[in-house]
Amino acid sequence: MTGPTRGFLGRRRDRDPRLPPGQYDTGADWPVLTAEPTPRIAPETWSITVDGRVANPTTWTWDEVHRLPGSEYRGDIHCVTTWSKFDTHFAGVSVDTLLEAAGPTAEAAFVMATAKTGYTTNLPLADVTGGRAWLVWEFDGRPLPVEHGGPVRLLVPHLYFWKSAKWVTRLTLLQRDQPGFWEQNGYHDRGDPWREQRYQGD
Amino acid sequence: MTEPLLGLGGRRAPAGGWRTATVAAVDRPTPRGVRLRLDVADRVEHLPGQHYVVRLTAEDGYRAQRSYSMASAPGDPQVELFVERLEDGEVSGFLADVVEPGDVLEVRGPIGGWFVWDGESPALLVGGGSGVVPLVAMLRTARDLGRTDLLRIAVSARTRALLPYAGELAGSGALLALSREPNGIRRAGRLTAEDLVPLVEPGQTGFVCGSTPFAETASRLLLELGMAPADVRVERFGPSGGPA
Repeated sequence: MTGPTRGFLGRRRDRDPRLPPGQYDTGADWPVLTAEPTPRIAPETWSITVDGRVANPTTWTWDEVHRLPGSEYRGDIHCVTTWSKFDTHFAGVSVDTLLEAAGPTAEAAFVMATAKTGYTTNLPLADVTGGRAWLVWEFDGRPLPVEHGGPVRLLVPHLYFWKSAKWVTRLTLLQRDQPGFWEQNGYHDRGDPWREQRYQGD
Repeated sequence: MTEPLLGLGGRRAPAGGWRTATVAAVDRPTPRGVRLRLDVADRVEHLPGQHYVVRLTAEDGYRAQRSYSMASAPGDPQVELFVERLEDGEVSGFLADVVEPGDVLEVRGPIGGWFVWDGESPALLVGGGSGVVPLVAMLRTARDLGRTDLLRIAVSARTRALLPYAGELAGSGALLALSREPNGIRRAGRLTAEDLVPLVEPGQTGFVCGSTPFAETASRLLLELGMAPADVRVERFGPSGGPA
């Protein structure tokens, strides 16, 4: 790597230990990044399906998913465009709860999340199990705004936020990994912010 | 039930790793904008619409990096970036105020395979403020290919002086929607459906780039004018533009 950039001091010296490398604190703001027009989805027409390598492919409606045991996330989120947001609070249901009902088969090792818009993102199954991933419909106690993925988005906060698919409607369990939307367009297959896995090859 | 899949079936866009770039020229065409012309060693040719990452390193190893769209066409021997200086911008402030010709920067690119024009299909380009930058790359590419007939362009800013590449865009026949001053017979005002109606044609892909409020409004206008959501590609930048 090259050395220091002439004249660059950088401002943020007292780095918060919660910031992964190359990230900055966006504060109260929550930038919006999407590749497609924002879809308007009425909750009564939304559903979530878990299919692929599962014993019982299952679909839940908005009302049905709300009757599942609730689960919350309090903590930080990290976007590959280099902002991080601290102390967020999301509420919804754990992905573990959905997978318990659908029953992944022995060969299931990856997940493809698909959104209403056709957006896709791939994840190792291990990254959405063990209390590390949610479907969420509330942010800070209020309905999740549509520009942030409402009515329901995936939340996988330990990975870069493009993995947390907005407007999610389907989780398909796979035996082999397949690249999703950004992953086909140059971004990393796993996206761990602490290892700075931003682009393919990182 | 089949849902449309975004970004499938397209050709894979080129991607490059970290490179050393030497600043060949710097100018400041708008009050808050700086244009950088870079010589990039071992450059990977890009598609119009792709971006580069610029990474700065301080003496103590502290690093900061941000992404910026390219304005240059693939045939340009240099990479041209246009950077809008953000309030409190750690990287944009440095690029706007400190960088001089001869400086060496670490860059990575090209990156991004979605917001790219293929150079052969009709496209409607809609940009706000510095969101015009990737659209300029598409325009220049069309010019190089002799296919400017494929593009329809509408761009928006408060005033002409604040619009990056205003002269180049106007000269190519782009519609300039200025919200704070009239432009020819067009009264001052934000971009409207009426502005876009004459530019919409069947078979177009829409490319919308700008701040989140602009991108939200412009992409909604394209849908209202009959474009299918799957045909509208959006690139947003900057803060959310309002409380979450």
